[in-house]
Amino acid sequence: MSHHMKLYEVFIRSRRGLDHKHVGSLHAEDAEQAMEYARDLYTRRSEGVSIWIVNSSDIHASQESDCESFYDPLDDKPYRHATHYQLPDKVNNM
Amino acid sequence: MTNDSLQTEAQLNADFQARIDAEEKIEPRDWMPQKYRQNLIRQISQHAHSEVIGMQPEGNWITRAPTLHRKAVLLAKVQDECGHGLYLYSAAETLGISREELIQALHSGAAKYASIFNYPSLTWADIGAIGWLVDGAAIVNQVSLQRTSYGPYARGMVRICKEESFHQRQGYHIMMTLMQGSAAQREMAQDAVNRFWWPSLMMFGPHDAESAHSAQSMTWKIKRQSNDELRQKFVDQTVEQAEVIGISLPDPDLKWNEERGHYDFGEIDWKEFNRVINGSGPCNRQRLEHHISAHEEGAWVRDAIAAHEAKKQQRANRAA
Repeated sequence: MSHHMKLYEVFIRSRRGLDHKHVGSLHAEDAEQAMEYARDLYTRRSEGVSIWIVNSSDIHASQESDCESFYDPLDDKPYRHATHYQLPDKVNNM
Repeated sequence: MTNDSLQTEAQLNADFQARIDAEEKIEPRDWMPQKYRQNLIRQISQHAHSEVIGMQPEGNWITRAPTLHRKAVLLAKVQDECGHGLYLYSAAETLGISREELIQALHSGAAKYASIFNYPSLTWADIGAIGWLVDGAAIVNQVSLQRTSYGPYARGMVRICKEESFHQRQGYHIMMTLMQGSAAQREMAQDAVNRFWWPSLMMFGPHDAESAHSAQSMTWKIKRQSNDELRQKFVDQTVEQAEVIGISLPDPDLKWNEERGHYDFGEIDWKEFNRVINGSGPCNRQRLEHHISAHEEGAWVRDAIAAHEAKKQQRANRAA
C-alpha cells in the first residue's frame, strides 16, 4: 500500500485566554478527520478547549542552521532590556 | 425579529455576560454582542493608531540624538512602537475588520489616537519626558489592560508590557542625566516636564462620570479600572520619581493626602483636552498629513510586491 495520508500539525489552547500551543502532528485524510484524531490523540485528559489543525505543508519554518545570520542584527542591543538602565534604588522598580 | 430569535439573543447575551463575570476570556470565534465587537474595534484601533502616530514626535529626534548610544536606543524604541502598533492591528483584525479599513478610518478622522501625540517634541529633553511620563502613563493603562476580557487584546498587552519597561527607564535615564548636568540642561529638563505633565494626565481620558464608553466597557471588562483610578495610580508613582532626580511637577495643588493615602492634584484643563482631541492641538494636522503622505509614498512598494507575486505565479504556471 503506497497511499500516504496527509500530515497535519496540531495546536491546542489549554484554557481560554491562552495562546494555542503546538503539541504535535498526525496523519489524516482531511481536516475534519484530523480534528477528530487530534481530539482522540492529544486531548484524552481534557488538555484543551480549542484545537487548531494546520496542513504541515503550509508551515514555513526558518532554519536553525541559518540562526547566526538571521538573528545577528538583534544580538548586540543590550539596551533593549530594562536592566540595561541603572536607576537609583528608590525608583528601580520602574 | 421573531419571539424565538429575541429569546435566543437574550440567552446568548446572558451566557456572554456570565462568561465575562466568571473571568473567562472571550475568543475570536465566540458569539459576542455587536456593540462589544464595535467597542473593541474602536478601542484597539485607537490604541494601535496611537502607537504608530507616536513614532513621529520621537522620530523627530533620531537624527539629532546627543550621542550614538542615545540614537541607537531611540531607534530601538521607535521600532518597538511600530511593532506594538502591528500587534494591536492584528488583534483588531480578529474581530473581522481589515487593515485597510482601519487605516482609512485613521486618515478620514473617524478613528482617534492619543491626543498626547499632537504636542510637538521641541527639545532633546522632550524625548526623556515622553519616555518617562507618556510611556509611564501608557504602562499604567496597559498593565491594567492585560486583564481585559478579549483574549487577543489581553495577550497583545502582555507582550507589549514586557517590552515597555525599557521605554520608561530610558526616558527617566535621560531626565536623570540632564538633571545632573549644567544649569541649561536642568532648565531644559524642567521645561519639558512643564509641557508634558498635564497632557500626560489627560491620557487617561475624561473623569469617570463624563466618559462616554466607560460604564459599558467596565461591565464587559474591556476596561478593568476606571480612568480616574488609573490617573491616581500614575500620579502616586510619579511624584517620588520626580523627587529622586529633583525635578518639580507643575501643579501647585499637588500634595500628599494622609486620609486618602493618595496625592491630591489640581484640575485638568478639560477645554484644552477637548480642543486637542477635536483636531486643534499644535500638531494634529501635521501628524495626520505625515501619516497619509508616508502611506501614499509607500504605495509603489506595495505595488511592486504585488507585481512580483503575479510574475512568480505566471512563471510557476508556465513551468507546470
